[in-house]
Amino acid sequence: MKNIADMIFKNLVTFFAISVLIILVAIFTVLFNEAKPAIDAFGFDFITNEKWAPNLEIFGGYPAIYGSIVSTFIAMIIATPIAIGIAIFLSEISPQFLKSPVGTSIELLAAIPSIIYGMWGLFYFAPILRDIFGGTGLGLLTAGIVLSIMILPFIAAITRDAMNTTPDILKESAYALGATKWDVIKNIIIPYAKAGVIGSIILALGRAIGETMAVTFVMGNVHKIPKQLTDPATSIPVTLANEFAEADTDLYYSALFYLALILFLISFVVIGLAKFYFLRKVRKAS
Amino acid sequence: MKEATKKRVLVNKIVLTLATLSAVAGLMFLGWILFVLAYNGIEALNSNIFIYDGAPPGYKESGLRHALVGQAMLVVTATLIGVPAGLLAGTYLSEYGQNSKFANFIRDISDIMMSAPSIVIGAFVYAILVAPVGHFNGWAGSCALAIMMIPIILRTTDDMLSLVPQTLREAAAALGAPKYKVILQVVYRGAKTGIITGILLSIARIAGETAPLLFTSFSNSFFSTDMNQPIASLTVTIYNYATSPYADWQKLGWAAAFILALFVLGTNIIGRLIIKQRKR
Repeated sequence: MKNIADMIFKNLVTFFAISVLIILVAIFTVLFNEAKPAIDAFGFDFITNEKWAPNLEIFGGYPAIYGSIVSTFIAMIIATPIAIGIAIFLSEISPQFLKSPVGTSIELLAAIPSIIYGMWGLFYFAPILRDIFGGTGLGLLTAGIVLSIMILPFIAAITRDAMNTTPDILKESAYALGATKWDVIKNIIIPYAKAGVIGSIILALGRAIGETMAVTFVMGNVHKIPKQLTDPATSIPVTLANEFAEADTDLYYSALFYLALILFLISFVVIGLAKFYFLRKVRKAS
Repeated sequence: MKEATKKRVLVNKIVLTLATLSAVAGLMFLGWILFVLAYNGIEALNSNIFIYDGAPPGYKESGLRHALVGQAMLVVTATLIGVPAGLLAGTYLSEYGQNSKFANFIRDISDIMMSAPSIVIGAFVYAILVAPVGHFNGWAGSCALAIMMIPIILRTTDDMLSLVPQTLREAAAALGAPKYKVILQVVYRGAKTGIITGILLSIARIAGETAPLLFTSFSNSFFSTDMNQPIASLTVTIYNYATSPYADWQKLGWAAAFILALFVLGTNIIGRLIIKQRKR
């Protein structure tokens, strides 16, 4: 009797553990199946084809892929130095009584729903960029900046944790030799925390590339390769968010799934790389 | 020699100032966003919001009751699906799988799923739960949210259960309790606070999600509690109202965003406080 109950419980929990794997495999399979007609119709040229014309049943993913990559790139360029600065502040400069409140506040940036970033970006931030650069204020640059704020906390928190794992004795030895704080950060702490820092940057990149709502508000949603960074553009998530519910033909619908599949593959590879290649050590340490 | 030292000290000062300014910039953006939310939200907030449902622009008797009720139904249903699944899977990892290859593999997979683009999960659920039925429905929205919830709960449960001292399990086992009873009555009890915190944080996380709902539960301008039909959520309503050209709808959008942020940030802060207290 006792054994049967034990066995049932064990099988039950095992089933749910396996179900996580089943869900992942199902996502891949379903995305691929739904994308199949578009894959058959357009092949790999889909990735480089610029034309997106639902009325003509011509679908090229390049504008969306381009927008995803460029907006993410802008976000990374802005966020990485600032986030590392924040991490340095939190681990090396901040007085003890500020560490917890400042750290928590920065982490709260990650908790704000992305749709709120979108509203703020549309109503408050885009108008400022419009006044500076002209145009509509919507486009790759705006999206990149809004994204950069959203990913700050990811890079900052992991980098701070990685920096905190530097053994004190190494730092103290350097200080004893007359090193300044920056010497210690540059020559001891950053080399020591390198894997964690790179991992956090890649992880943030994975987040940024899949981010939907914040970008949907400020991207402008135009299926063209923009001439300037301040021109409206689109990205994979923006295209999905805007067009999924109105895809009226099978090929249109399938082309959107093709985009979704590409996005999932990119983020899967990027996040996998960050987690398993770079962040192993940090995760074990924290 | 002196020159070199001077330069090092100067560079040091510059870099430390820049790092401090970075932190100030981060806080400034947080402050800016929260201020904008409070400023617009409090102004738009009134009792009508809780009494009336959505109405065409221009109507005075227009509120968010439909979205609040819809949101609650979506989140509660997602929680009912996601919590048991995540909890039991996490139990497997900590109590049975431990450090086996398979258990670590599942941990890795759930880490990836935790960061997967939510809109892709929406597309997946659309294909399996919306397209075959032929119309958007509440169940699909809840399932999409539950899929996002499972890896979060799985990981926190796994972590929290592994913090329960081994001696407790041994003591219970020595009294003759079968393993499932040890887990249900001793291990779970020991990790209760941590597990509840994980659940709270995961609810806060999914409550703010919009993308996976856009084409699963879609939205509904009317009051509806029928999970087989499209159902309104706070987030999609915010999206629709905020991107509309009507001032009164935009105002309602801000009110909705304010309520959502209060809930999400409040839950988040409470969760963090509980974790901090436990760590002491």
